[in-house]
Amino acid sequence: MVEGSPLPIQEEAPPKDNSKKRPNTILRLLRYTAVKFVVLGISVLIGMYLTIMIANMGGYVDEIMKGQIRESVAISVSMDPEVKILSLAERNERIEAMIRIEEERLGLDQPFIGRSFKFLRNAMTLNLGRSQRLTSDTGSRQVRNIILERLPSTLVLMTTANFLLFFTSLFFALFLSRQYGSFIDKIVIALSPTSSAPPWFYGIFLLLIFAAILGVLPFGGMVAAPPPQETGAYLLSLGRHLILPVTAWMLSGFFATVFNMRTFFLIFSMEDYVELARAKGLTSREIQRRYILRPTLPNIITSFALMLISLWQGAILTETIFNWPGLGRMLYSAVQNFDTPVIIGSTVIFAYLLAVTVFLLDFIYALVDPRVRVGSGGPKS
Amino acid sequence: MKKFFNSIKQYPSAIIGILLVLLLVGLSIYTLITIPYNQAIQEWRGGEDVRRNVPKTARPTYINWFSSKKYSETVEFTSDEPDERIEKTVREMGKDLYDINITFTFDYDFDTFPQEMHLIFTSNYEEKSPFIFMTWYKPDGTEIDLGDIVVKPYENFRFQDQKLLNRLDGDSANIGLFAVPESQPREVQKGTYQLHVRAITFEEEADVEARLILFGELHGVAGTDHRRRDLSLALLWGAPIALSFGLLAALGTTFTTMFIAAVGVWFGGWVDELIQRITEINMVLPFLPILIMVGTFYSRSIWTILGVVILLSIFGQAIKNYRAIFLQIKESQYIEAAQSYGAGSWRIITRYLVPRIIPILIPGLISAIPSYVFLEASLAVLGLGDPILPTWGKIINDAQMQGALYNGYYYWVLQPAALLMITGLGFAMIGFALDRIFNPKLREV
Repeated sequence: MVEGSPLPIQEEAPPKDNSKKRPNTILRLLRYTAVKFVVLGISVLIGMYLTIMIANMGGYVDEIMKGQIRESVAISVSMDPEVKILSLAERNERIEAMIRIEEERLGLDQPFIGRSFKFLRNAMTLNLGRSQRLTSDTGSRQVRNIILERLPSTLVLMTTANFLLFFTSLFFALFLSRQYGSFIDKIVIALSPTSSAPPWFYGIFLLLIFAAILGVLPFGGMVAAPPPQETGAYLLSLGRHLILPVTAWMLSGFFATVFNMRTFFLIFSMEDYVELARAKGLTSREIQRRYILRPTLPNIITSFALMLISLWQGAILTETIFNWPGLGRMLYSAVQNFDTPVIIGSTVIFAYLLAVTVFLLDFIYALVDPRVRVGSGGPKS
Repeated sequence: MKKFFNSIKQYPSAIIGILLVLLLVGLSIYTLITIPYNQAIQEWRGGEDVRRNVPKTARPTYINWFSSKKYSETVEFTSDEPDERIEKTVREMGKDLYDINITFTFDYDFDTFPQEMHLIFTSNYEEKSPFIFMTWYKPDGTEIDLGDIVVKPYENFRFQDQKLLNRLDGDSANIGLFAVPESQPREVQKGTYQLHVRAITFEEEADVEARLILFGELHGVAGTDHRRRDLSLALLWGAPIALSFGLLAALGTTFTTMFIAAVGVWFGGWVDELIQRITEINMVLPFLPILIMVGTFYSRSIWTILGVVILLSIFGQAIKNYRAIFLQIKESQYIEAAQSYGAGSWRIITRYLVPRIIPILIPGLISAIPSYVFLEASLAVLGLGDPILPTWGKIINDAQMQGALYNGYYYWVLQPAALLMITGLGFAMIGFALDRIFNPKLREV
């Protein structure tokens, strides 16, 4: 099948599942829900513990941080004129005391393995705690505040880009599947390999043309500096800054997405019932709505839902190239600053969103597709 | 095989793709042969013993082909090599007293001034260092005294002497020595220039050689960067690195994934369950942030990153696709036949299950190569490129850090980007065509 298709073709359920007799529907539903819930919960738990271990390099980051603390304390003490008059022993004692205080503040005095489980408990209960280095623009060290401050800018960029990409390619793909074999169809097919390049790559070209050569659009950032006071002017400035990153995102994703969706629709439009509908004399628009869109709805919903949660992580590269103050940039600077609470906080929210989405998708399938019954085969996620 | 080539012919994009990939492979082989690894690393990373004889952020020379204005290019004259533009005479003036005269005569036809000027002296005296006078003659006959210096065994006269600058009325040497007098803005005086170097040596064996370098605004086929490195080196070496990274990552990931999927499907039960659960856990792990963490905390070596990329990609979405296909194959009759004559599990997996999926796998494998090539570039753009190797992504990162787009050094970004694009398009086009050849269901639509 098409690799990396945004509409994963669902695996077929083993045939024996379908032949099972229906026991008590509610009981089956409850059992299935409980099992699914537990399995997903355990996945998140293990995934989070792995992330915690990686974000600390199995305790190695502690060593790096201890070294940094020692260095910065030694420097600050040596700059202090009060300390200069003390004897060497007193000075060392002062340094050790300061290091101890700083290590205790960051919890580095306890063994890592014990703390890793504490991290895990806090992460799973969404008790995100305090960051180690990063602060929000308002000066808060609460991870929650840091994330919440960056969330709007990422949402503005990513929802605009992804919604535009998703809906334009969906409608364009539907249009193309009616125009199969036409010139425009061939052009889309020919252009679909261009999607092998990521958005930041197109971003560079767009910056070159529109910011550097033509000078009509800004090089980066979210609004002009200083930000305009009036709401209208602010929105206008935001819009101007949005154009290039959104276009880069679209350019990178558009042709492959359209191609994959179009192919997907075409495969479905070769089904017998579509032929029958055509023979009945239904208009192609009606066929499309009732016989092509309807059965592909679960897949469309899946890719839409996965797209929605991918918004959470932002786009590290695109935000870097366009200097966009979003969650991706935050995550990147958290890694650069060894700020594990921020990394873990951002990851755990993503993990929960993913798990909840996967959990809900099963029920959504059952709602939109009468052939699917929850807990008895059907499209699995 | 012949049938395969015939079907490939029907896809012009595949032909273009193959040509692009062949071009890259050829470029890589050429690079590996002409610039050995150690030499490339040494020149790129620099060091005490590497003298950078290139200008700073000079644009590539091909700019002049498209420009009506002729930008200055680097010109170099060396007195110890035969060159008709250089005349050297040695005259004995007394005991252990020699008069060496070196005259450089050259035409300067560019429309812009040189970027920098260097006059490098090498001399092999034993005790008494030679004494040197320098005079500059412009095409209109003006004579400019450049000053005099005592030279060490290696001496670079950078034309930054304060007396000289006073004589040039505040212009730097690269402008003042070439400008039309009183022109505003400064214009280049085209014509024949002369630099006269007179050296007095105090030992019989002592000799002096001079090298005049006029660094142009354009230099080399690919230009140079802010650290006086010729970009062509990194552009060339980027090709084998990008190809091997993309290929190894794609091969490693695809085949391991396929094999694990096959094992899971064949043994079923808890093995299959375990693989499915690992895939779900892997979905929770943030891919790019983990790579950034590994790069920041542990090692930026391209091979470490490669290993982590493969490890994280094995249990990806692809394993579910392969699993679905294997589930169908597993029910085939020939598998049953193999089982009935007593083939073991491993034999069935390696000889019966895996070969069936190869045609489906190859297009995916080829299409995956560009994504890994771009992944490596992405990490480099974030500043997590390999600390030793020159790669395309690292050039883009350097350029970004120096504000290349903002400062108008477009070549610096465009050249590596073009090569990345060629790589990406080449493999994507082939993979795309193969996908349609191997999957007849796609071919129809």
